[in-house]
Amino acid sequence: MALSACGNGGGGGGGEGGAVTAFSVEPENPLIPTATSEQGGGRVVSLVFMGLISYDDESSPVNELAESIESDDNTTWTIKIKEGKQFTNGEDITAQSFVDAWNYGAAAKNAHTGSYFFEPIKGYDVVSAEGSEEDQMEGLRVIDDTTFEVELAEGDVTFPVRLGYAAYAPLPASAFDDMEAFGENPVGWGPFKMDGDGAWAHNEEIRLVKNEDYDGSQPAQVDALTFKLYQSAESAYSDLISDNLDILDQIPPSSMDVREDDLSGRTDQQDYAGNYSFAIPYYLDGWSGEAGKLRRQAISMSINRQELIDQVIKQGVPAKDLTSPAVEGFPGSFSNEEYVQFDPEKAKELWQEAEDMEPYPGGPFELAYNADGGHQEWVDAVCNMIKNTLDIEAQGKSYATFKELRTEANAGELTSAIRSGWMADYPSMSNFLGSNFASNGSSNDTHYDNEKFDALLAEGRGADDLDAANQKFIEADEILIEELPSIPLYYPARTWGWSSNVSDVNLTWNGEINYAQVTQA
Amino acid sequence: MAWYLVTRLLQMIPVFFGAIFIVYFLMFATSGDPTAALCGDRGCTPATKAALEAQYNLDQPFFLQFLLYLKGVFTLDLGNNFSGRPILSVIAETFPNTVKLALIAIVFEAVVGVTLGLIAGLKKGTWIDSSLLFMSLLLISVPVFVLGFVAQFVIGIKLGWTSPTVGAGAPIQDLLLPGMVLGAISLAYVVRLTRNSVAETKTADHVRTATAKGLTPGRVRNAHVLRNSMIPVVTYMGADLGALMGGAILTESIFNVNGIGYQLYRSINMGDGAMVVSLVTLIVIVFVIANLLVDLLYAVLDPRIRYA
Repeated sequence: MALSACGNGGGGGGGEGGAVTAFSVEPENPLIPTATSEQGGGRVVSLVFMGLISYDDESSPVNELAESIESDDNTTWTIKIKEGKQFTNGEDITAQSFVDAWNYGAAAKNAHTGSYFFEPIKGYDVVSAEGSEEDQMEGLRVIDDTTFEVELAEGDVTFPVRLGYAAYAPLPASAFDDMEAFGENPVGWGPFKMDGDGAWAHNEEIRLVKNEDYDGSQPAQVDALTFKLYQSAESAYSDLISDNLDILDQIPPSSMDVREDDLSGRTDQQDYAGNYSFAIPYYLDGWSGEAGKLRRQAISMSINRQELIDQVIKQGVPAKDLTSPAVEGFPGSFSNEEYVQFDPEKAKELWQEAEDMEPYPGGPFELAYNADGGHQEWVDAVCNMIKNTLDIEAQGKSYATFKELRTEANAGELTSAIRSGWMADYPSMSNFLGSNFASNGSSNDTHYDNEKFDALLAEGRGADDLDAANQKFIEADEILIEELPSIPLYYPARTWGWSSNVSDVNLTWNGEINYAQVTQA
Repeated sequence: MAWYLVTRLLQMIPVFFGAIFIVYFLMFATSGDPTAALCGDRGCTPATKAALEAQYNLDQPFFLQFLLYLKGVFTLDLGNNFSGRPILSVIAETFPNTVKLALIAIVFEAVVGVTLGLIAGLKKGTWIDSSLLFMSLLLISVPVFVLGFVAQFVIGIKLGWTSPTVGAGAPIQDLLLPGMVLGAISLAYVVRLTRNSVAETKTADHVRTATAKGLTPGRVRNAHVLRNSMIPVVTYMGADLGALMGGAILTESIFNVNGIGYQLYRSINMGDGAMVVSLVTLIVIVFVIANLLVDLLYAVLDPRIRYA
């Protein structure tokens, strides 16, 4: 079956010839919600597995399998699910399907990389301890077929907002018999399902078909969707402009300026819930204490973010903070925005002030990046801006692979600043703040440790409602804007294109193509 | 002859294990923690990391890891790669595509290259010879990715004669263009080698004798000139077959061929030791076998060479 050879202009429902084709890459992990988060696997999983809720275009939660999610104290949540729903293999979806899936994903012995999603649940510390053989979290209790109870380790008003992430999806009982086979050909409840055995032809394509039994908020508009797996966006772009591919969600940088012509206007650009920045670890000489704070502010104010986007990155919006405007509760502006705005005079002053306090230990300012990710150009541009404004030595520091870079970062052995980026898992400011900057955060590369910040996050989670919580998160965010453990650069955007065979190709809140919405022209 | 073959095959054994050991050691020695790539930007919990390390024997000392891998080689169960897929199935899916691609390239450079080289050699000093030499020089100086992108743009996109990328299942018609691009640079070398070799043989004693005893020009050309000119060309192409398989990364990436080049690139980036060692060992085996075949071909081409 050669889709590329026969093209897909045939139109008409059903059949391979009529499938809409979209760009993707070979998933790095089995297609199990708790075991994959990178883009290749993540986008398939999110179409095949729908959980309790999903998010609409404004990133507000909408019930999917959930009938209600309620709590009196923000600690014990009672979750009722809709009756009579079935997985695509005919199994009933019950409360047990959720509890079993979550317990399996959390247990250390199963080594799922998404295990940390279950951290808020009571008993997670037991099942996730190194070498633990336990796989039942104390906080999960099945009440009856359609009701279960989740007890959290501590109150968290944002807990329901998390539940739209695919890792919280239910799994059918058949999954646990043979998880390896399940990861090849997963069964869930979502707008699409796998097109039978062998639907995932490794390194070539993943074939999905519409799930007729899905009656949630995002039903598929096409009968079949095939992800063609590419090695590079460049070769996919060649296919797109010759109508061999219908949807490409990342126009390669080399074609950014010609896309309008090549695609006769069938291309668009929009920012989404992510944040790009670079982190300066506190354990580096000269970057902690009062002088360190002044230096961070000086660095931040010496970067002309708009120019960086216009000249180098070609997409995105200058960042004002370390979260994203695309999540709920984001304020239009911050009280101390001046620290993230380009102001060369003030930057020089602040740097000098820090020098008077204690001289910079010497050595150039270095920014580490992985050479396999296409970062060199903007890293060089940022370093040049710092160099020209502050009149100090600044340069990029290249690591051959992402792996090498992360090894040093995870071990807390970096010798320079490091590029970083965060894509939201669920639309809440706390997702950005907690993971990266809480003193016990899972991705706290800088070893930032601020009691007041930690307290504000805790207060926010313990608040009575989401509005009150978001107020606390904004306060916490403003601490970061002043102290700058990471220097915000930009809110990323996605630039995508589509063929003349399809229309209604739009983005979801987190920057994915809304594949369910796509229609055949 | 049989004895020669047996010795050569026995010699392959230390090469095979030596290659495995060296590549395994290099993968082990390159800095970095393989689980860092597995866990991505956000990192894993320490427990998940420990469980992953145990799963892939990463928590064992080097020699034990190496021995466990060797055990896998003997039991024909190489285990899983970092994506949780059996290494043998990955190879079974991708290796045939690379072989197809390399064979198209080799056939292309052999047929077209030798023909053009023969013409140039026989017409040495004429304008045909000069223009063929010039064109081959041009081809040699263009990097393969430039050639690839240009061919893809002109033939795949503008003219639409073929699909710009290779589709699922890697059908032969899709592989023709990438195969030719892959073989293009070697083709230029083959033209030049053949041309020089033919020009030299043309004036050799045995050719003059053959002409003097009244053989037709066609017979002299095919049986005496061409056959005797082929030894350096065959040597080159034998070594080239291995190089084409290992060096197809760029071509595979431009035309999206699901071959071992991309798997190798990806596995190196992820620090997936077992996968890298398996692929490299496979390429080494291809190299060794291709060289053996070349040596055997010598005897066919040159009556003076006999293996005892």
